[in-house]
Amino acid sequence: MPNSLTIAKLAEQLGKKQVSSQEITGACLDQIEKIDAKLHSFLHIDAEDALAQAKAADCMIARDGNSTHPPLLGIPVGMKDIIAVKGQPLTCASKIIDNFISPYNATVTQRLREAGAVLLGRLNMDEFAMGSSTENSALGPTRNPWNQEHTPGGSSGGSAAAVASDECIAALGSDTGGSIRQPAAFCGCVGLKPTYGRVSRFGLVAFASSLDQIGPITKTVEDAALLLEAISGHDPKDSTSIPAQVPAYSQALNADIRGLKIGLPKEYMVAGLSDEVKNSINRAVEHLSGLGAEIIDISLPHTEYAVATYYIIATAEASANLARFDGIRYGRRKEGKDPIELYCNTRGAGFGAEVKRRIILGTYALSSGYYDAYYLRAQKVRTLIRRDFLNAFEHVDAVVTPTTTSPAFKLGEKIEDPLQMYLTDLLTISCNLSGICGISIPCGFSANPQLPIGLQILGKPLDEQTILKIAHAYEQSTVWREEKPDLTAFQ
Amino acid sequence: MSNESMDIKYVAQLARVSLTPEEERIFSGQLEEVLGYIEHLKKVDVSGVEPTAHAVPRENVTRPDEIAGSLPHEDALRNAPSKSNGLFVVPQIVE
Repeated sequence: MPNSLTIAKLAEQLGKKQVSSQEITGACLDQIEKIDAKLHSFLHIDAEDALAQAKAADCMIARDGNSTHPPLLGIPVGMKDIIAVKGQPLTCASKIIDNFISPYNATVTQRLREAGAVLLGRLNMDEFAMGSSTENSALGPTRNPWNQEHTPGGSSGGSAAAVASDECIAALGSDTGGSIRQPAAFCGCVGLKPTYGRVSRFGLVAFASSLDQIGPITKTVEDAALLLEAISGHDPKDSTSIPAQVPAYSQALNADIRGLKIGLPKEYMVAGLSDEVKNSINRAVEHLSGLGAEIIDISLPHTEYAVATYYIIATAEASANLARFDGIRYGRRKEGKDPIELYCNTRGAGFGAEVKRRIILGTYALSSGYYDAYYLRAQKVRTLIRRDFLNAFEHVDAVVTPTTTSPAFKLGEKIEDPLQMYLTDLLTISCNLSGICGISIPCGFSANPQLPIGLQILGKPLDEQTILKIAHAYEQSTVWREEKPDLTAFQ
Repeated sequence: MSNESMDIKYVAQLARVSLTPEEERIFSGQLEEVLGYIEHLKKVDVSGVEPTAHAVPRENVTRPDEIAGSLPHEDALRNAPSKSNGLFVVPQIVE
């Protein structure tokens, strides 16, 4: 079926007219129809609209013959339900804006449209991207395609589950503390968090503005490169986007990695690491060494403070960003006798438990008398964490670590214990605090149950090219991507 | 860093979020645990360290002061929970 193929393969077949976009899109819609009642990756699908986009792509291919097409022409891409697509719902998996229709396009949406992509549906997530399991969705959790008792990770769990189960060819997610890489690892996908500022955040509902980035979740490294080059680049509408040229990432993947220096930070091989993850990572490191990379032991001494630093900075920023959901200009309103009571009622009824906890924690960290002790101190520790990486990158070209300490945990396992849930972000958070780029790729499976394991490769600011090159070299010389989940249980 | 426990009613009021008594009880315990973990940060020597607000610092980003299109009035109002005469309707603020 065409929905099981990659962007690269489908672009080739579309060009040769061996398949049409309507066939690809139809196959994705069939797959959704078949499994999504149980998998629950999608919150919203407009089949008619998707097929109309596909038809337009097919007309363009027929009209233009063999001339060069836009790079993603006719390829169905799913969108996390936090990225604006004009005329489509945008709910952030929250009750507070469950009736919202985007009045404009995010910049990434505009760029995907220009690249010819078919925008296919809205993908499930933890409410406002706060969570690591997609269990915080107000519309119910997504399951892991590899095992329905396990979570797909989060917050971009719907994006990863949809790609892993061939419901779409690729997807966009957003990553504030690991929300692209961790679900990609749990579902056996490739997930890339770009350098802060590489991709415009305009039209991405803000969670923690100094940490948020949009990025691709795909089946292969080449697809991640293709999607990244389509969405990257400076945008005057996002003052934090970096005015730097975007390399043709997908064109430089086949370079060999001999002589590249790869750092292995001792602090990431932590005590809580499961044996299967540890063994997979050790084998992956040996493999990279076999491909000619030079492995160098390094230290990132402030790693142990990353989670605490993150949960001050991210919640502080969230408490400010989410102030806009007040029942006045959009979303649900719950009346009160005065404006303050209206705000309190609206937000009390509209936000889920985790969002409330984080707003309260962030408000506390910023409140008079606690600001210096919490927020300012966390910002200083953030400097030290970032410095650790910049120092390391003077000696190495990239850093490899596990993406997560264990394979996907079970639904319900951590949801009652926020701190345990926060600690699952341990290995992905520093990348956001430092503003560097990172990718997770499959590097093995646990035995029983069979669940994917992710290898994280972290790179210098704006050096996505190097991590993509290493990831591609590893992927092309291993077999992990060939394994597919058995979806019988979802039918 | 303080070891005092958080007055959740007060902070929730600051955050404009109403909580049920049940939520107050559960969140208090959970946030207490999280704050206990955050105490870790006390151990770090941050003397002389500058704070980082943005990992990729950019200052004074400006654009040319030119008139450009913006969201049409009716599109901006489309998602409003209550509107009248092309305006958002809000509760009375002044007597």
